[in-house]
Amino acid sequence: MITARYHREIPQRYRLEAGKCAKCGYVAFPPRLVCPKCKTKKFKTINLKDEGKILTYTIIRVGPDKFSKETPYAIGIVEVSDGVRLTTQIADVDVEKLKIGQKVKLVFRKIQDDGKAGIHMYGYKAVLV
Amino acid sequence: MRDVVVIGAGMTKFGELWDKSIKDIFVEAALRAIEDAGVKQIDSMYVGAMSSGLFVGQEHLGAVMADYLGVTPIPATHVESACASGGVSFRQAFLEVASGASDIVMAGGVEKMTDGADVTEALATAADQEYEVYQGVTFPGLYAMIAHAHMKEFGTTRKQLAAVAVKNHRNGSKNPNAQFRSEITIDQVLNATMVADPFGLLDCSPVSDGAAAVIVASMDVAKKLKKKPIKVLASAQASDTIALHSRPGITTLGSVVNAAKKAYKMAGLKPSDIDLCEVHDCFTIAEVVVSEDLGFFKKGEGGKAAEKGLTAIGGKIPINTSGGLKSKGHPVGATGIAQIIELYEQLNGKAGDRQVKGARIGMAQNMGGSGASCVIHILESGK
Ligand SMILES: [Zn+2]
Repeated sequence: MITARYHREIPQRYRLEAGKCAKCGYVAFPPRLVCPKCKTKKFKTINLKDEGKILTYTIIRVGPDKFSKETPYAIGIVEVSDGVRLTTQIADVDVEKLKIGQKVKLVFRKIQDDGKAGIHMYGYKAVLV
Repeated sequence: MRDVVVIGAGMTKFGELWDKSIKDIFVEAALRAIEDAGVKQIDSMYVGAMSSGLFVGQEHLGAVMADYLGVTPIPATHVESACASGGVSFRQAFLEVASGASDIVMAGGVEKMTDGADVTEALATAADQEYEVYQGVTFPGLYAMIAHAHMKEFGTTRKQLAAVAVKNHRNGSKNPNAQFRSEITIDQVLNATMVADPFGLLDCSPVSDGAAAVIVASMDVAKKLKKKPIKVLASAQASDTIALHSRPGITTLGSVVNAAKKAYKMAGLKPSDIDLCEVHDCFTIAEVVVSEDLGFFKKGEGGKAAEKGLTAIGGKIPINTSGGLKSKGHPVGATGIAQIIELYEQLNGKAGDRQVKGARIGMAQNMGGSGASCVIHILESGK
């Protein structure tokens, strides 16, 4: 991965930074330049709360090359505070026992490696609470 | 806008076409379409393809194909809307003729997926690269999350999903251009190797090579050629958020609902007027959700409808008489055009063993990504 591209996403991936619309309160994660609800261009930076629940999930049994050593792994859509939804791996769990509606917490984890001599890439994963 | 009609169609067989290049297959389909239409020239052409740059390292497909088809210097444009590239290619050709800018236009689509590229990675570029793909999600994974949500909300079962695959293979077994012409059973679907829960391998459309092309023309041209006019009653397109997680509902595809609303309005029709429909069944759940979002069944009833046979040939609304993406194959850029070709054959009464008796009005629904693009066409057979 190109370093600049990774670097740009660090505030979102490491600190869960989002943009809260100054007019209607819509929370954009990742931040956007224009609010999709009210078209306002003014946002305030906030940090998402790290607690949420699983809206849906799947267990990836056949993964992309980068993740093939980790299968089977769980991925879900998690809803956190302010109604923000994001796609995240659900880690440290018996994947066969996952259920929709379970409560989770977002934690800082390594997500993938960029090749044999490349950088480690980090971000959020969900764990059950 | 002027009336626009489909006057010719041609496609390659879909499958693993290792002895042919992307140029070979596109030209093969295009020549068949031109011959079928009986025209001497075309005014312009569109080539729908999702990711030839990643699949075969070739972009600029408009010019590439115009060159090898021997039709330079006509305008030739590559159209990309992920897996909806074919349907959007058709829409561009429709708009060009409807506007009066051209009289005869080719809409084509092609994809060469078996030349050695990392297919999972290439397809994943249709999702949000930074906020979905980065986390390790795959396309089967995205649709699998729709499936789990649908099962939880409406009680849809894996067996109902399997019924979609079984029906599409039954239809595809009667289609000489289909990649898989074998019938399968519910048990085979349920016991297949798991890919992304709740999907096994047979819930997923395959990796395919293939090309398809149609010729659209003004009504005047069609009359001169003494063609039975297969008229385009509606062309509608809609977009949605690129990430599945950004949508208010996971079990409804907003782009399908919005494009369908526009298409029905443009044609002056309602769901019950449609005699057959080709839908984008990239995964079994996609056919279930789309059959609801097009208004054929109430929300949540799509799985039961498939299990009851309401979507089989002879049922309430025959869906994917061609075999769909599941059995016919899914060379992504060609899929939307192949759907139009199935309608063209059905509305001409030339669909052989899979003919829907008395078919007069057909719909094609093609989508890209996890539903961030949707394009819908309605065709009617004239006298
Ligand atoms: Zn706003």
